[in-house]
Amino acid sequence: MITSFISTSIPLGVPLLYGSVGEILTEKSGHLNLGIPGIMYVGAISGVIGAFLYENACGNDLANMIPWLTVLIPLLSCIIGSVLMGLVYSFLTVTLRANQNVTGLAITTFGIGLGNFFGGSLIKLVDSDMPSIILTKTSSLFRKSLPFADDLGWFGEIFLSHDFLTYLAIVIAVIASFVLTRTRVGLNLRAVGENPATADAAGINVTAYKYIATGIGSAIAGLGGLQYVMAYANGVWSNNAFGDRGWMAIALVIFALWKPNMALIGSFLFGALCNVNNYIQGLGTATQELFKMLPYVVTILVLVIISMRKKREHQPPAHLGLPYFREER
Amino acid sequence: MNVPAIELRNITKRFGAKVVANKDVCLTANRGEILSILGENGSGKTTLMNMIAGIYYPDEGQILIDGEEVVIASPKDAFDYKIGMIHQHFKLVDVFSAAENVVLGLNEKEPYNLKVATDRVREISEQYGFELDPTKKIYEMSVSEKQTVEIIKVLYRGADILILDEPTAVLTPQETQKLFAVLRRMRDAGKAIIIITHKLHEVLSLSDRVTVLRKGEYAGTVITAETSETELTEMMVGEKVSLNIHRSEPQNLTPRLEVHHINCSNREGVKVLDNVSFVANAGEILGIAGIAGSGQRELLEAIAGLQRLDSGAVLYNNPQTGKMDNLTTKTPLQIRELGVRLSFVPEDRLGMGLVANMDIVDNMMLRSYRRGHSMFLERKKPKELAERIIEELQVVTPGASTPVRRLSGGNVQKVLLGREIAASPTVLMAAYPVRGLDIGASHTVYRLLNEQKEKGVAVIFVGEDLDVLLELCDRILVIGSGHITGLVDARSATKEEIGLLMTKTVTTEDGGEQNG
Repeated sequence: MITSFISTSIPLGVPLLYGSVGEILTEKSGHLNLGIPGIMYVGAISGVIGAFLYENACGNDLANMIPWLTVLIPLLSCIIGSVLMGLVYSFLTVTLRANQNVTGLAITTFGIGLGNFFGGSLIKLVDSDMPSIILTKTSSLFRKSLPFADDLGWFGEIFLSHDFLTYLAIVIAVIASFVLTRTRVGLNLRAVGENPATADAAGINVTAYKYIATGIGSAIAGLGGLQYVMAYANGVWSNNAFGDRGWMAIALVIFALWKPNMALIGSFLFGALCNVNNYIQGLGTATQELFKMLPYVVTILVLVIISMRKKREHQPPAHLGLPYFREER
Repeated sequence: MNVPAIELRNITKRFGAKVVANKDVCLTANRGEILSILGENGSGKTTLMNMIAGIYYPDEGQILIDGEEVVIASPKDAFDYKIGMIHQHFKLVDVFSAAENVVLGLNEKEPYNLKVATDRVREISEQYGFELDPTKKIYEMSVSEKQTVEIIKVLYRGADILILDEPTAVLTPQETQKLFAVLRRMRDAGKAIIIITHKLHEVLSLSDRVTVLRKGEYAGTVITAETSETELTEMMVGEKVSLNIHRSEPQNLTPRLEVHHINCSNREGVKVLDNVSFVANAGEILGIAGIAGSGQRELLEAIAGLQRLDSGAVLYNNPQTGKMDNLTTKTPLQIRELGVRLSFVPEDRLGMGLVANMDIVDNMMLRSYRRGHSMFLERKKPKELAERIIEELQVVTPGASTPVRRLSGGNVQKVLLGREIAASPTVLMAAYPVRGLDIGASHTVYRLLNEQKEKGVAVIFVGEDLDVLLELCDRILVIGSGHITGLVDARSATKEEIGLLMTKTVTTEDGGEQNG
């Protein structure tokens, strides 16, 4: 049972990991992107649209579909969709210096609306009985796990039975952590989020860093949405099924103290916390809902603890949420 | 004769059409030499140095480096000519270590390796005798350590012409001595060092030559060993200029405010006011002269109840009751209601007293909103007041509903002063009320202050321009490093006298602190 608990908790954590790593990169540039839930949603629907069009083009027959294209098309359309959303956010907050909170919330509302609009349209298009789009063929490729996983018992089930996007998430988190702490680009990016005036004086292109960090962050977050639809939900899109995963990813950023490697631990812990209610027997609906609070309770506890410890390294980037004007010194 | 490391010829810089920050300034700095740039506040020292550092671009004149004319259009150009400037305000990232700050923004060819950078920072520290742990985080550092990081930052980038903008302003005497030792070592290593300062004793103890600026103009260059404090002071303050400010004889002088032995420390625990005592009389203008940051702001805030005192008392002779009130036990609001008004105009003008995004009427209401009778705000009276101020003080504005931030500096000051005067104060404190104002506007402010004095208000005027202080005030209190260094009669005192009090006495006080 423990094996299956862990094994089913991991996929729950993956979208959170994507979302929080993307958000961490963005926040390191000093931008609090509350649009992440919307961006993840748009990432998911973009991938769905790409896959839908490709499946249709191949006459809905798996035999006609080229495997690498089947994977690449949803991946690319997901990245394009989410980066476009990120660019809208960056343009508003970096170039026009709009309020980041308001812009982020608007992006989330807009993104979810956009997703539901296209989702609804596609459902109408296929004229299905169920309010969902089913992309099992694409999903089957996304869910391919390592062939020898089944032969390795519990070890295989826990560590090797997952889809490739799960492993990609871990790789991205590790790379992000390395870039932030061990490279010049990471040093510069952190400086931009901490003190843009100083970074500017040191010859760093503050605007470019903010745009690129937000763009890459959005792309990574968008992949979280795609992983949810294609791997976790078996290629079934229905409107609003993604739920509050985007918000949980933002909460996770705080839990992770703005460190991608901590997000790695945090996301799987959150995944497990979301999963607990399924593994405790005899829970009523009300109690189940209480259990779903756990990730947020943990986040609040972490906030309380880090505020009490007052360590400067554990604080958000000093310029988070503030616009940067060069003239204002 | 060796070629000077850097030479400026007839540099002129204007801001707008009227303000001339630098006019025909010439100077040379040689390698293996420390050059001091000496001048009062606003004499154009920092502007001049900013032109060398590429932050400003001169309107006229030439800059020569190693005998060749160069164009320094950006900080990057300055860096390419190996010029490094250490600003008064540090540009450091708090959560980074010293080494991380030093390498920030560098585009070195070799891959980024913090260990190598840390070692190099340590190497530079040892070479010049800095005491610095390269792995220490900036937020754990003292001001002098932060300054060290800034210096190492420019050395790391290979600078051999170093410009330091008032480096000792933030340091304790002991830290200053350490810094000077390092600067001498750098000089001996063949670097050209330019240090901006207005502290005479530092000039005399550190530099090889001194270039003096006065109101943006070049007043001359002397060799330190051949000069004296008196000569330098005379060069700094220049000859008396007549401003024709109307000054009436004070009448019915009565002590209004008595400040008794107040002491005050800032957040870092450094004493900013040390045993300050004086009396301000009703019916006179008491001038306060001193170098910027000598404790003027804290003194005014202490009287207004905005600054916590370590010890001492501020007594207010209440004209209504005839009793003495101790202001140190009262809240700022109570003090204001007694009629003690503060019109403080800081460098950014809007920082205290006015809210930039609110219009003139709303800014009037900031002082009167408590007076309403219902839960709703009353806008009629503040509006009348705003319109009266606009008319009487000739504030140039499209109307009373224009946000204050859209007004020019002079008009902002008129609004601020007008509001405080409208409350018919008994004590009016005005700090730098003519800062950035043209002559016409300045005279309006002088007239206003004089009117208040004639009405029997105790006016305290903190000023920068000695000529103004001498012509406007009745008595002048000189403050230096938080000490009262003198009290002179403005009608008989000379600029040199005040200039010496502002700077010279600091020496003995610093010495006293060291001995104690």
